[in-house]
Amino acid sequence: MVVDVMKAFLLGGCICIIGQLLVDLTKLTPARIMVIFVVTGVVLGLFGLYQPLVEWGGAGATVPLTGFGNLLAKGVIKEIEEQGFLGVFTGGVKSAAAGITAAVTFGYIMAIISKPRIKS
Amino acid sequence: MANRLGQQTVVLDKPAIILGGAGIVGKKEGDGPLARYFDNVIDDEYAGEKTFEAAESRILMDAYVKALEKSGKSPTDINLILSGDLLNQCTAASYAFRDVNTPYMGLFGACSTMTESMALAAMLIDGGSVDYAVCAASSHFCSAERQFRFPLEYGNQRTPTSQWTVTGAGAVILGKDGQGPKITAITPGKILDQGIKDSNNMGAAMAPAACDTITRHLMDTGRSVDEFDMILTGDLGKFGSEMLRDLMRRNNFDLKNKHKDCGMLIFDLETQDVDCGGSGCGCSAAVFSTYILDMFRQGIVKRILFIATGALLSPTRMQQGETIPGIAHAVLVEA
Repeated sequence: MVVDVMKAFLLGGCICIIGQLLVDLTKLTPARIMVIFVVTGVVLGLFGLYQPLVEWGGAGATVPLTGFGNLLAKGVIKEIEEQGFLGVFTGGVKSAAAGITAAVTFGYIMAIISKPRIKS
Repeated sequence: MANRLGQQTVVLDKPAIILGGAGIVGKKEGDGPLARYFDNVIDDEYAGEKTFEAAESRILMDAYVKALEKSGKSPTDINLILSGDLLNQCTAASYAFRDVNTPYMGLFGACSTMTESMALAAMLIDGGSVDYAVCAASSHFCSAERQFRFPLEYGNQRTPTSQWTVTGAGAVILGKDGQGPKITAITPGKILDQGIKDSNNMGAAMAPAACDTITRHLMDTGRSVDEFDMILTGDLGKFGSEMLRDLMRRNNFDLKNKHKDCGMLIFDLETQDVDCGGSGCGCSAAVFSTYILDMFRQGIVKRILFIATGALLSPTRMQQGETIPGIAHAVLVEA
């Protein structure tokens, strides 16, 4: 368990360092960086390159946005195998359903109970 | 009647007298070096209101009320309010003055709004159209983030930017008679665009406009830099100020130690984590309406050229790949 947590921390941290470097060293807006991460995850997932990271680092690989991209790719591949061409349109959102719904639900709850302020 | 001098400068026959001014700022500005000059420091970024936009209107209104009080004028004495801010539809000003029973004209000059309003009011007073006018401008860090970047509610990780939008408002009362420093000449500025695309580098976009207006003023009036106690720009920040000095040197004017920038005066650049300084219309408005007027009162300065600088960028046009047009308007203030 402790080793798993350490691995997740290391891998997740490394992915976040890439994000931070993009924020600090480039003029990319955060929105673009997020899209880059998702698309990178999709591409890595398509070629099966992301799954080894998930197996090694667990949540360290699935929680960052690249993990979301990987999930989309995996879902589409699975649906194409089961449903054929229609899977291109249904697979991604199906496999990411839990994550999307959780983001909307918890985002809504946090918006109700919290008030934005200047970071001090 | 006023006389035009040279290409752009207008020398006023009847100077407009600055009867008084007030500045209200947010907490970060209240922690800065000019804290003791401000009329009030709002600790809560909502200023007791429900939204950041309403908070900005609130501090603008507070500055207006305080400026009237300090000038010994009542709202019925005022013929015209000239005010603006950074938001679409001049939101802060339009909503601040909707319940004030005084003619109002909204202005947008980005961060140059304060001198834009003072220049217009001074000409109106000189021409006899207006006896007493309010000139005011405001900005708010949180409403500016929503306008130009992302709403704070979205919780976006903020791109590190070199300048910090000042939460603050400033107002001055100008009149045809009374006691106080006078606006004796104005130089409206041209829009200059040097092709800067980086909205984090607005100082560089505004410095050429400031240089152009200052040079124009000096050439039109035939004055030298030495004849001023201070040449005060709005919010060029550290790099913009360095750029201004270089550009002025190329025009054969050495600003020496005469140049000050409101954006660098309002924060302690070493300790307050603002990198290059403050920006926003509220920055020059609040600094001029309090600290600078106090310097006149104390007799520390007798002649100042005040040039608020504006980056007239549109977020929509920036996303379409456009560059940042800069502008700067100058008013000459004399004891």
